[in-house]
Amino acid sequence: MSRAFTPKVVTANRLLEGDNVWLTEDDRWSPDMAEAELIADEAHATIRLLFAQGQRNTVVGVYLIDAKEGRNGPEPVHFREAFRTRGPSNYAHGKQVEL
Amino acid sequence: MYVYNDFDEAFVRERAAQFRAQVERRIDGSLTEDEFRPLRLMNGLYLQLHAYMLRVAIPYGTLNPSQMRQLAYIADRWDKGYGHWTTRQNIQYNWPVLKDVPDMLDALAEVGMHAIQTSGNTIRNVTADHFAGAAADEIEDPRPVAELLRQWSTDHPEFQFLPRKFKIAITGSPNDRAVTKAHDIGLRMVRSDAGEPGFEVIVGGGLGRTPMIGKVIRDFLPKADLLPYCEAIVSVYNVLGRRDNKYKARIKITVFENGLENFAELVEARYAEIRPAFTGVDLDILKAIEAQFAPPSFRDAPSAGYEAAHLANPAFRSWADTNLAAHKAEGYAIVSISIKKHGATPGDATSHQMRVMADLAEKYGHGELRLSHEQNVILPHVHKSDLPALYQALREADLATANIGLISDIIACPGMDYCALATARSIPIAQEIAVRFDELKLEHEIGPLKIKISGCINACGHHHVGHIGILGLDRAGVENYQVTLGGDGTEEAVIGEKTGPGFSAEEILPAIERIVLAYLDLRTSPEETFLETFRRLGMEPFKAVLYPEEKADAA
Ligand code: SF4
Repeated sequence: MSRAFTPKVVTANRLLEGDNVWLTEDDRWSPDMAEAELIADEAHATIRLLFAQGQRNTVVGVYLIDAKEGRNGPEPVHFREAFRTRGPSNYAHGKQVEL
Repeated sequence: MYVYNDFDEAFVRERAAQFRAQVERRIDGSLTEDEFRPLRLMNGLYLQLHAYMLRVAIPYGTLNPSQMRQLAYIADRWDKGYGHWTTRQNIQYNWPVLKDVPDMLDALAEVGMHAIQTSGNTIRNVTADHFAGAAADEIEDPRPVAELLRQWSTDHPEFQFLPRKFKIAITGSPNDRAVTKAHDIGLRMVRSDAGEPGFEVIVGGGLGRTPMIGKVIRDFLPKADLLPYCEAIVSVYNVLGRRDNKYKARIKITVFENGLENFAELVEARYAEIRPAFTGVDLDILKAIEAQFAPPSFRDAPSAGYEAAHLANPAFRSWADTNLAAHKAEGYAIVSISIKKHGATPGDATSHQMRVMADLAEKYGHGELRLSHEQNVILPHVHKSDLPALYQALREADLATANIGLISDIIACPGMDYCALATARSIPIAQEIAVRFDELKLEHEIGPLKIKISGCINACGHHHVGHIGILGLDRAGVENYQVTLGGDGTEEAVIGEKTGPGFSAEEILPAIERIVLAYLDLRTSPEETFLETFRRLGMEPFKAVLYPEEKADAA
């Protein structure tokens, strides 16, 4: 039996800036994960991943990550992905100050 | 120190120009990421957790003031005003954007620096004893040989696609400060029975997933045979190394699987084959390099001001007693500048601090700077009479922390604050430990104690050879820290032993505190170091304080 599908979002890094972005429902790459499209269906996830992988001159390192519905939109499940939405813990650099 | 000749100069500039064209083609879409990735990695450009990262080589950890100033300039112009010193004597910039990197490489080329072979399956930056050319216990400055190895390995056509990355470390002292036994090839200078200097050659050491202490493949190799012999080792590895499995591809596994004896036989055979081709050109080059590493003209002056300040100023005394090391020249000291202020990020220096260090090196240090694998900066040649003024200037730049070799002088890799491979964070753990022991005002009483932290199994933080090693892992989606004790990175290298189950991010600081307080109770005298106590008593007493509930359960 295959494991039940858990909700996901598509994430990547911008080619030029290198920073983390998340795929929105209207095909934009947002630096704010809360704007991302939360994907509840496995087949749709595959389609969105393929779409994202096709954006070769905009983003690199595309992958699907687990996410959950939060108050303002999708939120990370794993701590690594939470760090990716914020930036490092030793300085106020990255998304925690840029967003 | 070595100054680039026309060939070096043209080479790095050409590589920078090539990379500029490659970046342009990536941005306009004519190169795909699959095509571009190996090219950027060949130039030290990684994509990390939050951004690109540029890793710049500092060959054998040696810098001159203008290079240091250029590093500061790059930090201000294209990054966030600081740089991170790594355990492989590199500097990393954590925030470059892609289009700026060619400019950064040009700026590096202007001062004879580059980011070539700081990534990929090549021979990486050759690291050396950070006290090279200055240490009182040194046989000879190992850096000319390191420079020769750098020239030989840079763009070596046979060795651009090795089974895996390849790291060489070298020391000119019998006391190993370069962790040579944890490198693919370690070179430790020793004297033959006749008193001639040469190298003990160590092969197959390495940390990471499968930590191994290197094995001596040659007790004594004359200096003249070094290059062909190293070439023979890399050549045999290049053929035998396992390309089928990334985790078994390092030379340590090759040596382990084939046995040292078989491996050594193959090396000797290859050596016999290629030795005649080395007709002495390498030695002529080495001679010319050696001339460039001539020691500075040391001053012969009284050091009375030093002794007076040492007596009069307790803060200066504490710093001097901790951060100075014995120099080979009369009246001189080696100064370690701690980049480990309590609570700061280990190994991070601001551009302002870089400029101050460059100025101080010029004013008091014969224009030389070093970077240690322990993420500190060294002024190798300071006359003792200049120490009080130097100390004052360091204080003003927040660089006078008196903790070299103590519990807060922690090696920490970038961990999950920056590194895409990390399984947990390292930096906040280091910060917490340093702050806590500073509050307790215990670190000078504790004495020599090396804590080393890695944010994943790759062990860039050398945790296996820390007296206390901490490895950050991901246990079911939560950061978890595994502790090892008794590691040692010197010539008597030992891999630390795991204490048992790991600790959560909240539990790790109290756990470290329990270990250290137990040591204070257990030591026979203040002279017995942590490592000595551990060797005398073993793991049990430390386990007892780490896992008291288990003991209770068993009772
Ligand atoms: S040890 Fe792991 S987390 Fe730390 S720098 Fe190396 S690869 Fe990254």
